[in-house]
Amino acid sequence: MKQAELLERLKLSGFKRALWVYHLNTGGCNGCDIEVLAALTPRYDVERFGIKLVGSPRHADVLLVTGAVTRPMYERVKRIYAQTPDPKVVIAVGGCASTSGVFYDSYNILGPVDNVIPVDVYVPGCPPRPEAIIDGVVKAVVKLERLLEGKGG
Amino acid sequence: MSGLNALWQAILVLVGGGAIGFLYKGLDRKLAARLQGRIGPPLRQPVLDVVKLLLKENVVPRTAVPWLFQAAPFLAFVAAVTALLYLPVGPLSPVLHGYGDLVLVLYLLAIPALAMALGGLASGSPYAVVGAQREIVMMMSYEFPLAIAAVGIAWRLSTLGIGPSFSLATIAANPLWGSVGPLGWIGLSLLFAALLAVTPAELSKIPFDIPEAETEIAGGLLVEYSGVNLALFYLADVIKTLVIAGLVVALFIPYGIAAPLGIAGIGGKILDILFFLVKLFVVIFVAVTVIRVSFARLKVDQVARFYLLPTTLISLAGLLLLVLDKVVMGG
Ligand code: SF4
Repeated sequence: MKQAELLERLKLSGFKRALWVYHLNTGGCNGCDIEVLAALTPRYDVERFGIKLVGSPRHADVLLVTGAVTRPMYERVKRIYAQTPDPKVVIAVGGCASTSGVFYDSYNILGPVDNVIPVDVYVPGCPPRPEAIIDGVVKAVVKLERLLEGKGG
Repeated sequence: MSGLNALWQAILVLVGGGAIGFLYKGLDRKLAARLQGRIGPPLRQPVLDVVKLLLKENVVPRTAVPWLFQAAPFLAFVAAVTALLYLPVGPLSPVLHGYGDLVLVLYLLAIPALAMALGGLASGSPYAVVGAQREIVMMMSYEFPLAIAAVGIAWRLSTLGIGPSFSLATIAANPLWGSVGPLGWIGLSLLFAALLAVTPAELSKIPFDIPEAETEIAGGLLVEYSGVNLALFYLADVIKTLVIAGLVVALFIPYGIAAPLGIAGIGGKILDILFFLVKLFVVIFVAVTVIRVSFARLKVDQVARFYLLPTTLISLAGLLLLVLDKVVMGG
């Protein structure tokens, strides 16, 4: 029992403190993307929480999606979601990704990200501040914990 | 050395090496962050990373050659670990002493890079193929100066009548600095510089991380790897960092502090091992951490030119000076 508990704690701390993030722009204006990058700078320094930006969805635990989904991106978003190994969470960063924002009802988009793939955490703002994005990633841990315990999302 | 004894030593070296490797990796990341004015991740970050990777799904892409794709990480890890067993730890001679020498260690060090290239080619991703090509180009450029540095030292030892001159234990037990003349000193310094220049490329660290280059080829060789396989590559990198730093220490700064301080017996041994770890750390700090935060990534042709021209010339000059030194000293 004790051993199992210890293992459980190790598992959780692994996920809590070592989230690797893949950043995907599905058609944003680049405003949110700049804020995501700002979170990496010495001022905000997400690495102190073990959060790391990775170059491949295969390495990622978290998909940070910015921008409403444009038609050409539709297939790609779905494929990148499928490419990310389980357990994973999706975070919609910014007004566009959460609700289509200023592009609401546009003819050339397919709507917010949750029209295409399931989203776990929404970070509102246009663009959201880096603190808000970091907060969103930390919230995603809660979801991962539930996934790990096998209770589903 | 009895078989059982060797087994115990091997286990000790592997467990200790793993722990030290993780510690140094954590220190490397922490210090790099401090150098950039950040707070940086906690020291146990590499352990957490590996724990997390072990919990992730292990994806084998449909376009991959499955057995090769799965075998490459194991190959890299096993080669790195085996190389660790050939390293002299401070005053202790290597666990596999007598079963292989410096040349074998150099080959073992090349295997993780080759395995990564193979895995990349087998993964069927164009990014990984580009990464594999870059890795091979880089290897072809840095292996020559690396080999010259190693061979230069072994040759000079043999001219002094010390043998077997290619055995790492012999090299570590007979520092060359004391037995060569002024020309030899300059030559050795040049070889030392060449070896330090090769270190970051051997480990694919910035500015020589062109095979992985996250921002341009999306992780390159590793692009399709996830879960356990990625964790194995991570571990191979952790161990390889120790091995190459240990090689630099054994070749160029194998001094202990117990003898000059006049401490003998088991206390001296422990002191020397601790001192060896400090030397490892200094080498890693200088050749990996500081260089990593000071430079931006070079282009493929710049890396190849850097190793094929200046570094090779420096190491050849070092070798030449060692030869001249032998002629002058008449040793
Ligand atoms: S939410 Fe605002 S800043 Fe972000 S992509 Fe949309 S328009 Fe740009």
